[in-house]
Formats: sequence, C-alpha cells, structure tokens
Amino acid sequence: MNYEIIVVGAGHAGCEAALASARKGHKTLLVTGNINNVASMPCNPSIGGSAKGIVVREIDALGGQMGKTADKTHIQIKMLNSSKGPAVRSLRAQGDKVTYPKEMLKELQNQENLDVLEAIVEDLIVENNKIGGIVLEDGTKITSNIVILTTGTYLKSDILVGDTRTRKGPNDEKPSLYLSDNLKKLGFDIIRLKTGTPPRLDRHTIDYTKTRREDGDSTPWTFSFDNEPLYDIEKQEPCYLIYTNENTHNIIMENLNKSSMYGGYVEGVGPRYCPSIEDKVVRFSDKDRHQLFLEPESLYYDDIYLQGFSTSMPYDVQEKMVHSLEGLENVKILKYAYAIEYDAINPLQMNASLESKIIENLYTAGQINGTSGYEEAAAQGLIAGINAALKLEEKEPLILKRNEAYIGVLIDDLVTKGTMEPYRLLTSRAEFRLLLRHDNADLRLRRYGYEVGLIDNERYTKLVDKENKINKLTIFLQENKVTPTKQINEYLENLNSAKLKDGITLYDLLKRPEIKITNICELFDIDYSNEILEQVEINIKYEGYIKKTIREAEKMLNLENKKIPENLDYSEIPNLASEAREKLIKVKPTSIGQAARISGVNPSDISIIMVYLKKKGC
Amino acid sequence: MNDTIVAISTPISVGAISIIRVSGDDSINIVNKVFKGKDLNTVNSHTINYGHIIDKDKIIDEVLVSIMKAPKTFTKEDIVEINCHGGIATTNKILEILLNNGCRLAEPGEFTKRAFLNGRIDLVEAESVMDLINSKTELTRKMAINGVEGKISNLIKELRQSIIEILANIEVNIDYPEYEDAIIITNNILEEKLTYIKSEINKILEKSENTKIYKDGIKIGIFGKPNVGKSSILNALLEEDKAIVTDIEGTTRDVVEGTFILNGISINIIDTAGIRKTDDIVEKIGVEKSKKIIDEVDLIIVVLNNNEELSNDDKEILEQTKNKNRIIVINKNDLERKLDIKYLKDENVITSNTLNDNGLNELKDKIIELFNIGNIEEKDLTYLSSARSISLLKKCVEIINEIDISILNDIPVDMIQIDLKNIWDILGEIIGESYSDELIDQLFTQFCLGK
Repeated sequence: MNYEIIVVGAGHAGCEAALASARKGHKTLLVTGNINNVASMPCNPSIGGSAKGIVVREIDALGGQMGKTADKTHIQIKMLNSSKGPAVRSLRAQGDKVTYPKEMLKELQNQENLDVLEAIVEDLIVENNKIGGIVLEDGTKITSNIVILTTGTYLKSDILVGDTRTRKGPNDEKPSLYLSDNLKKLGFDIIRLKTGTPPRLDRHTIDYTKTRREDGDSTPWTFSFDNEPLYDIEKQEPCYLIYTNENTHNIIMENLNKSSMYGGYVEGVGPRYCPSIEDKVVRFSDKDRHQLFLEPESLYYDDIYLQGFSTSMPYDVQEKMVHSLEGLENVKILKYAYAIEYDAINPLQMNASLESKIIENLYTAGQINGTSGYEEAAAQGLIAGINAALKLEEKEPLILKRNEAYIGVLIDDLVTKGTMEPYRLLTSRAEFRLLLRHDNADLRLRRYGYEVGLIDNERYTKLVDKENKINKLTIFLQENKVTPTKQINEYLENLNSAKLKDGITLYDLLKRPEIKITNICELFDIDYSNEILEQVEINIKYEGYIKKTIREAEKMLNLENKKIPENLDYSEIPNLASEAREKLIKVKPTSIGQAARISGVNPSDISIIMVYLKKKGC
Repeated sequence: MNDTIVAISTPISVGAISIIRVSGDDSINIVNKVFKGKDLNTVNSHTINYGHIIDKDKIIDEVLVSIMKAPKTFTKEDIVEINCHGGIATTNKILEILLNNGCRLAEPGEFTKRAFLNGRIDLVEAESVMDLINSKTELTRKMAINGVEGKISNLIKELRQSIIEILANIEVNIDYPEYEDAIIITNNILEEKLTYIKSEINKILEKSENTKIYKDGIKIGIFGKPNVGKSSILNALLEEDKAIVTDIEGTTRDVVEGTFILNGISINIIDTAGIRKTDDIVEKIGVEKSKKIIDEVDLIIVVLNNNEELSNDDKEILEQTKNKNRIIVINKNDLERKLDIKYLKDENVITSNTLNDNGLNELKDKIIELFNIGNIEEKDLTYLSSARSISLLKKCVEIINEIDISILNDIPVDMIQIDLKNIWDILGEIIGESYSDELIDQLFTQFCLGK
C-alpha cells in the first residue's frame, strides 16, 4: 500500500489534516485506534471560548472543517464578552459528544482521496532522516511521502487515580506504547505532560432547584462564514452554575495525600490554567468557594460534565467530594475524574510549517506538540495538512504571522518559546489582538484559503464582494458631509449628541461615541448588510487604536523580514552570550524577529547576529 | 526604515563645547522643531547653521548645527550634529528636548552599528564593532544599575506590580468572562487606578534626586552672623569661577546670590547676609526668609567665628538647620580659639581663615563628597540613563493623558489595556526588566482559574 500522506490519529488535529490533504487532491490515509472515536471530545464538551472561538473562525476562513461540524451539532451557543470591545468577542458552543464525532466521521468517509484505517501505529519508516511511511502493531508497513503525527494524549499515556497508575488512554482506549520511544531513538526530545478531567454525573439525579441556570444567546450565531444558523434558538440546552463549600474543601484537605498529585505519584507538568480542584483549594485557601458548571455532554446520553472539578482523588473520596456539593447530594457519578500523563515532543523541534527539524517530511500537530484544547489541535492539524500538501506540490509553506491570526501566534509561540506545560491559547498571548478579531477572520485569512485551494471560487467571490462593499461604504462616509440643519440637530439632540455648528463628514460624525452606524444609515437611507456595517463601524470608531496596533505590527514585520539563513552556525559567532547561543542553536530561528522573541536572547545578541550576517554578506 | 537615534558624542565634562549627534530618517525634521534660525529642512547638505535651541519658546542655548544628508554621512543616514556650549546641564537639557521630540537614545555602539549595516565601514572593522557592542552592553548594564538605583528602582517595581495586577485582571475578564471572583474592570475603575499611577509616576520623577542635581544643580545657603566672613567665603567661591554676583531685590536687600560650576554641576549659592536680630520687623522678615531658604536649599554652610563663644544667634542657626545637610566652617582660625567645639561633634567641620586656598579646596571636596559628584566623566553615563528614564517616565504620563481622552470617548477597556500595557513595558524598560510571559504568569498566580 502506498499513500502520498498518512495521518496518524483521528482526533481534531488528525481530521483537519486528513481533510485538508485529501481536499487538495492528495491520496491520504487516516489511521485511528478506534473508528468510533474519531473527533471525540474526551474532556470538556465545549467548542470555542475566549480566543479559541476566534481560532474556529480562522479554521473556517482557511477552509477547515471544525466550525461547520460544530454549527451542525452544538446544543447551545453564546457570544462571550459581547459587552466588551469587538477585539475580544468570541463564540463558545456546547458541542454534542455523540453527533459531533458522527458528523465528522461522515465527512471523512465521504471525502474523496481519503481512506480511514483502524489500527495502532508503533513505528515510523525512516531512511536517511527522511520519512518513508509507518509500521503498524502487527508489523504491516504502509509507505508514504509524508507522515503527519496527530496522536493526542495517547503516547505512553497513564491514567492516574489516587495511588493507581494504569497505562491506557482516555475513555479506556488503547495507548500507543512504543511510538514515543521510537521517536526518542530518532532524536526527538520527549517531554512528559499531565492534564485531568472532572467526574461525569447522571443528569436525572441532580437537584436543579439549588443551581443557577445559564442559557445560550437569543441571537443566532454561526462559527462558519458559509453557514446560516442551523439550530432552533428556543431549543438550546442550558448549563447550570453551582459552588463548592466549606465542607467540600475540608474533605479535600483531609484527603490531600491520597490524590495522585499531592501523594507524589505524578511526574508530568500540568497546566496552570486547568488546575485540579485540590490545587485550587490549596493555592487559594482564602477563597471560601469556587464556581463549578454543570454542562450537558449530549442529547443522547445522561452525562453531565462537572466543569471546574477535575481531580485525581481515589473514587471513594470523589464520592464524598461530589456529594458535599449543593444540588448534588444524591447525584450518581457515571464516570470518575482522573488525571492523565502522556508523552509529547518538545515543539522547539518543529519548524513553523509544523514539519519536524529532525526527520524530513514528518509533520506533527495537536497535543503531541504540547498543546491542549480541541481548537488548538484542529488549527495545527489544518496547517500541517496544508503544508504537507504544499510540500508535495513543491510550494512554499503557509506560515501565518502573529498579526494575521491566533493560529500564527499559537504556532510561533510553540516553535519559538517551546512549552513546559500543556499550551492553551489566551487572548493575552496575542499582542495584536485588536487585529485578530472574531468578525474579520474571513477578511484576514480567506484569501490564503483560496490560494492553497481549500476555498472555492464561489466563496472567494463572496469575500471580494464583501471587501468591495466595505471600501465603498467607507469612501461614502469620508466623502459625504452632514450640515447643521434643524432636522439633523434635532436628531442629534435626541441621541444626546452635541449639535453641529459646521458641516462634518459622516466619517467624523461616526467617531462620536454615542453615534452608531445604524443612526447614519437611518439618516441617509444607506442599505448594507449587518456584516458590512459592523466592519466599517469598527474600523472607524477604533481607528486610533487599530492604527497604533498596525504600527506595532509593522515594527515586528520589519524584523521578521530580516531572514536568518537555515544553516547559520551560531557556535561560529563571536561574543554571543552563552545562554543565547544555546537557545538559538535549539530554536534555529528563521528571522531576526523570531530570534528576538526567544527568551534569553538579548538585544545585544541580536545586534551581534545582524552584524555577523552582514559580514557574511547575507 | 530606521528610527532616529541621538547621543552626546563628546565626553561630558566642564569642557567648552559638546556635540550631540542625531541620525535617522527624521533627524533633520526633529532638530528643526526645536531650532530657531534657518529652516533646516531647506538648507543645503553639509552646511553649518547658526541659531538657538528652544524649548517651548524659551532659548536653551546658542548653537551651531551641522546638517549632513544621506548617503554621504557616517551612518549613511541623515545626520545632524549640534555643537552646543559645554557643561552637563545644557547638554543634557538639549538631549532631553530631542528625546521628547521623537528621538530615541542610541544604544551603545549604535551609530557604528548602523554605519556598518548600511555598508559604510569595511569588513575588517566588523569584529571590532561586535566587540564594541559587547563591551558597551556590560557598561550599559552597570549604567542601568547605577542610574536608577535603590529607591527609585524599587518604586518603579512596585508601580509595575500594581499595573500588572490591573492588566491581569483585565485579561481574566476577557479570557474567563464567567469567572466571578475577579472584579470587572470598567473605565470608571480604570480612571481611578490611572490617577493613582499618574501620581506615582510624578512622585518617581520628583524623587529622581540624582537627576535633579545634574539638571538643576545644587543650591547652597550660607548662614552666619555678620562679619563672621560669609561674604569672603562667597566671593572666594564665586570669583574663582568668574560667576556673577547679583543683588536680589527684596524688602531688605539682604540676600546675595551667585552661581559657580563645580565638576560640571551648577552650584547656586545664597548669602543670607541680613538675617539677624535687629528690630522687630526685620527680625520677622528675616526669620521667615531664612526658614524659606533652609527649606529650599540642598546644603547649608554655617560659618562660625573661632575667636568667639557660641552666641545665641549661632545656637539658633545651628538649631534651625540641624536636620539639613550642612557643612560648618570655623573661620578665623588664626585667632585664639574661644569657640566650644563640643557642640560640633559628628559634623562636617572645616577650619580656615576667611577661606584661603586650602580651606576653599577642602570645602569644595566636602561638597563633592556629600553629593557624590566626583569622577564626573565616568558618571555622565549615570545621568544619561536618568535622562532616558525621565523621558520614558514623561512618555508614560503622556500615554495616561491619551487614555483619559479614550475613556471620554467610551473606548472599551480591552483597547485601553493596550496603552496600559505599553506603560508597563516602558517602566520595565527603565529598570531593565521585561519578560514576555510575565503577564500570563501573573494571570495564573493572581486568579484561581480552570476547568
């Protein structure tokens, strides 16, 4: 058997990678340990969230799948931060853990050029540091030009509960026992990470009178730029809010040594943004309660996800802890919480294209690169899929910049700074987040999707049309003036806006905080769709800050355009600080800009490199 | 496109002429903004132009400005050189004005680096450029430590901590919108915090004592009974440096003031000739005046007569100035000692006769020691870093003023956060601390977040 591209693992990264590669016309094989587990959501049932929701939009803009499948299957959706500025709005949906994977599997099975195989991969075929295919558990070899590893948390994964450690993957799945050792043999630096998941509860045994109900938005939303809302706004599933109490905290403190974490049974590094409940109680001992959310996992079974309560306590302690919670006194635990430890590769060994620096034509994406989260995984999968295909086509890889996409921030952070804990995207990681908005993901990225061949002509024409309309309306507002007539001033007075003394452009009028673009539409009988109005309004109202951000971004790009040759030997450069030298050799930055972002590399080191490069005539 | 850099390119000392060099695309434009004379934008390249450097219409110095347009310059960029009168105060003032008008203080070796990168210096010199950058970086590091040491550095650290707490809170509001334990930072809350931040920055600016000495000089008041020899001491100090003695108009015409330069630092000296107990009205005015002077000056010289016992007037002067920096000159040491010096234990005492050469030098040395203004050539770097700090601190104040306008315009908190983050970065630049993941670390330390 021979394929152009083999994707190992069919989680969120694997699905996007395989679809992108196949859609670009390359013969692709997707290997999964369990076909019923394709695109499963082993932890939180939600898709999107702060920053992550914008990533889903970016995936969609580039021609990926996650947003479209989420739109089809979610059971609740809301816009986070709708009361804040446009830069930080982000969608979050409660996915359905049954229908999302089902729909994704359908998508895979209906995809031309794509085969799905149920098997465990234990080794890679490598010759002269170049990938040649994979070896299955039973010894079968399948050859390919490119392999993309998207193995998630399955590399040598251990499930931890109390003092017990069992070698298996999430949901009792089979782990990959040898692949990470084989990667180590090939020269990869393997790191050990840890994460955890809370207990699942029987929805029929919860006393909802003691909870606070949290509903979805009454405005319709979609992740995808191509979908109309596909759900019934009235029929969204609610979530519920409850709190821990003194009793819960006492139980935890009394049993602290029984948890895997505090009992000393854990070696992996856990994420700070996802601490276990015992961590929260210990580290924030002054708090007398912590928030917990009850989130439905699916319409098709009874599990409720107890968000905020991940733990590695033994089962009997978990029973006590859960039953101490108000509303859960009589609850039935369907699945106990656990912590999971797994191997990942140090992402400093990847190029920004997600091709490894060690083995040619080997790409990695998702949790194997040290990230956490479905969206982060899907985004990397999509980029790895696109870049693997571009490599076959002998084209330049698609590398998104930090001012273009959260996906760019994510990958640049990984390959430049590396990570010591499972990496999660946060809006605060994006220095140009004002440019990286939910609303403009298509304007930022669709053109790239079109260029790589994942966005068709029809959708591309729609984008161009949108851009034209935005320009047209902006010019109209710049060129047309409003004069201080009686009618205008009365209108302004009604809006608590100062009267006009002289004529001003509509553009300047819109800068007044109390004036909305809809007011101007009303006054001048302007008819554009909401998405056009939204873009124009944001651009004008926040022009000052947007310009400021663009200036900062240009400074960065300036340094980004100063390229460093791939084979630069840092040990040859005199006067570099030794810490900087060490880091530079490891990261092998492609530009001066990237080099400057490495922690431990100081401005003087950058100067020295620039002078050295100049001397070498680069 | 390179930003425009500035540095003082002559060693700073009491020397006659200092040269300030500016290089970059905007150099002519920036200097033109603060230059009174010909329009520098229109003069020919490689010309020298006479005029004045002004700051908000006030003339700072009479200067010669050389305009050298790219590419025939040292850095292959537009270069402007300002030849101004020497002395630390003026040179630094001009530097500060340029920094406030859009120049950036050059990094060590940056002119040479630019010259090299722009192809002006040949390859042989490359190694030495790198050595230069390297060695100067060490110096910068020391300079940063010297420049805003101790108290001020700690103040900035504290301020940064309180800013990062606000930033982390804003981030938590964004990244964890449902998290209830964090207060929601609104523009109103932000306004309050900004008032605090602004007052802290102003406090730091004020407390930059070191800088104040370089910029404003040292003020000294001379106290003592009539005929104890104050005037001759004053004249000895002033005459030697050919400073001007002026009579200050006042009710009693009794204060004489003059200025001389010591190690490049301008010393303003005030003689309180008429402060003594005569009639009631003058006493009242005199006491008020002397109190005011005591408050204002950085150093007090008390002159006592070796040949007399400590009088009540002397005791009163010693009592009034006991909490100040002071030097006691025991004059007329050629006469018999009648003064009981047991009162003067633990004081800086100089014994002299109407300040002969030895006494004069001893007094000067004492002043140098007290204000730590020795080795001025080395210390010029200290001032540079302070000038840089001050211009950065002023930039922070400017940004806060911009934020006030944004708040009026209902700009959302998450955008204003960009400005606040900028302030935090600038403060970090001053004390040489910036670490890109600091904010994220703070986020997880300050708030209990998680799924």
